[in-house]
Amino acid sequence: MPILVDENTSFIIQGITGREAVNMTRECLDYGSKVVGGVTPGRGGRDVYGVPVYDTVAEAVDKHGATGSVLTVPPAFTRDAVFEAIDNGIKLLVIVTERIPRFEVAQMVEFATMHDARIIGPNCLGLITPEKCKMGGIGGPAADTRKAYMPGPVGVMSRSGGMTTEIANALTAAGLGQSTAISIGGDAIIGSSYAELMPLFEADEATKAIVIYSEPGGPMDAQLSEYVTKNNSRLPIVAFMAGRFMDKMPGMRFGHAGTIVEGKQDTAAEKLRRLEEAGIAVAEEIEQIPALIKERI
Amino acid sequence: MRFYEFEAKQLLAKQGVPTPKGGVAATPEDAERIAGEVGGAVVLKSQVLSGGRMKAGGVKFADTPAEARTAAEEILKLEISGQLPVSVLVEAKAGIKQEYYLGITYDAVAKQPVAIFSDMGGIDIEEVAEQHPGHVVKHNFSALLPYSDYKMKELIASLGITGRQLTSITRIGTRLVQAFLDYGLTLAEINPLSQLDDGSFVALDCHLDMEEEARDQHTDLLAEFGIDEDETRQGRPPTDFERRGARVDAVDARGVAGRVVEFDGDLGLVIGAGGGSLTIFDAVQRHGGRPANYCEIGGNPSVKKACELTKLVLSKPGVEKIAVIMNVVSNTRVDIVARGVVKGVIESGFEPSEKIVFFRIPGAWEEEGFKILEKYGVEYGDRTVSLSEAARRAVEKLGEAS
Repeated sequence: MPILVDENTSFIIQGITGREAVNMTRECLDYGSKVVGGVTPGRGGRDVYGVPVYDTVAEAVDKHGATGSVLTVPPAFTRDAVFEAIDNGIKLLVIVTERIPRFEVAQMVEFATMHDARIIGPNCLGLITPEKCKMGGIGGPAADTRKAYMPGPVGVMSRSGGMTTEIANALTAAGLGQSTAISIGGDAIIGSSYAELMPLFEADEATKAIVIYSEPGGPMDAQLSEYVTKNNSRLPIVAFMAGRFMDKMPGMRFGHAGTIVEGKQDTAAEKLRRLEEAGIAVAEEIEQIPALIKERI
Repeated sequence: MRFYEFEAKQLLAKQGVPTPKGGVAATPEDAERIAGEVGGAVVLKSQVLSGGRMKAGGVKFADTPAEARTAAEEILKLEISGQLPVSVLVEAKAGIKQEYYLGITYDAVAKQPVAIFSDMGGIDIEEVAEQHPGHVVKHNFSALLPYSDYKMKELIASLGITGRQLTSITRIGTRLVQAFLDYGLTLAEINPLSQLDDGSFVALDCHLDMEEEARDQHTDLLAEFGIDEDETRQGRPPTDFERRGARVDAVDARGVAGRVVEFDGDLGLVIGAGGGSLTIFDAVQRHGGRPANYCEIGGNPSVKKACELTKLVLSKPGVEKIAVIMNVVSNTRVDIVARGVVKGVIESGFEPSEKIVFFRIPGAWEEEGFKILEKYGVEYGDRTVSLSEAARRAVEKLGEAS
């Protein structure tokens, strides 16, 4: 089976009555995902496209036994919502919300680690195992999601939600499906980095190769390079690095909160050097990715 | 958001970290007066947001108030990395016995805050870590539990520091941690932390960055320091075009259509989303294009926002045409962006088919979007046209037109 989510995954949506969350609920249901409940304090008793809304996570979990949650609550309330989910036994949290202060993200991740729960995001679009489960806004409406994603051998991890789908679309067009595609989030601190997700893909028989999308800023590429070198990974990896123009603009933030060149190790050039040193193939254009994958599997 | 050195020192002083005697001068006359008040030799430091001030000539020494005045005059005229200083910091120059480094930041691998200490201060900490790894120590600390001072003591002591030095540096270190936590900082660095000839310690230079996301929680402090909401305090001050971009994005709370950065080219870009914009900007440059701007659309913005962003880009002098390109969109609707962009072009007094060299946004509601583009005769590509190919076509068409 693929990683993290499959046809048996059932999840709740925290903040389900928000405008974008309502759309996302529809999309996930249409795709066949098991959205079993929603939580918005004060809105208990309503429903969103037939999904019952509760005031507390405890109630939703008690009635439906979900193990996952997608969080789309405003930044000021996200930490509390995350703690509530984890305290009620949720093990897989997809945090969609962006603009959460870094200290609070560190708190959430620490709390999750203490309780053996996994966070994807913040500032992400979620994850998808094609034709089995779409958890989050990834891919958009079900019809569009089916155009871009299909089952297959490639695991995708991306710091950009939109580029996750762009890459999947290029793979699908070339006849290469995806095992699981994960929008890992664009913040400086995220719940699950490339290197932390690698062992899951490694253990998944359906996955034969990996594509990562990266950007300047942060140590995650170096961490992946180190992982690959140390663990003698069986999976060939193809990387794409956007934002090369940023190398000449230190101190300026582009795209995502974590995307900034502060020191030499943050630059696209330095990250590419490390990736290549670890035997990771670098694609200059998105359309080169399928051919690079085909050469390697 | 980076604080100027003089602000950072005021903030640290509030937390009880010792800083040099002195003050900040906006004019050479002020500098002369402050130098007189300080008495004795002073150091004058250009207040800009970039590093490398010493090399650029932005730091000068003066023995008398008259010399301080001359030095300040020169510093205030000197641009560093394209920035004129906002003021000159005038501080007592004292004999230094030893220089240390203290820094608090985030460790994105451990996902925790990290405290870093070195007994080789005054130079870049990355350089020290590379060349003298034995002189840099660090420890991660919990974001959930209260910070305990003994952790700082252990860190300092691990480099063999003892006696009054140990207690003094520990006290400063724990106050730095407190400032880091209290003010939503992502970097709090004292470099060098200097022990003077008389044995006392001062933060001779420091660098504090407040997280953008934390600004809302510290409006009182920012007001006290006179820092405007639209002061981005990034690598360079925002241009007028960028300030107008921020106002476009603030039109309503629906999605993003802004985050504009000005460049010196002829091809206006209406692009998105976060990662897509980075990819597209690279592709335009790779195909020999000269972007007039960077921007981001995402999170399903309103027609109005997309329209206003388009008008802003078209209003920039030198912009011949615009390219509208995004990655395959999930929640942003193609039809809404198409409607907004077409409206923006028309309201600017141009023909959409003339001004838009290429439109490539596939994904949610694409059929409805493509219909709008067909109606106005705008050349567009669907998901079979790659981002790079879309950028290439836009650059080529602009070349043909001019």
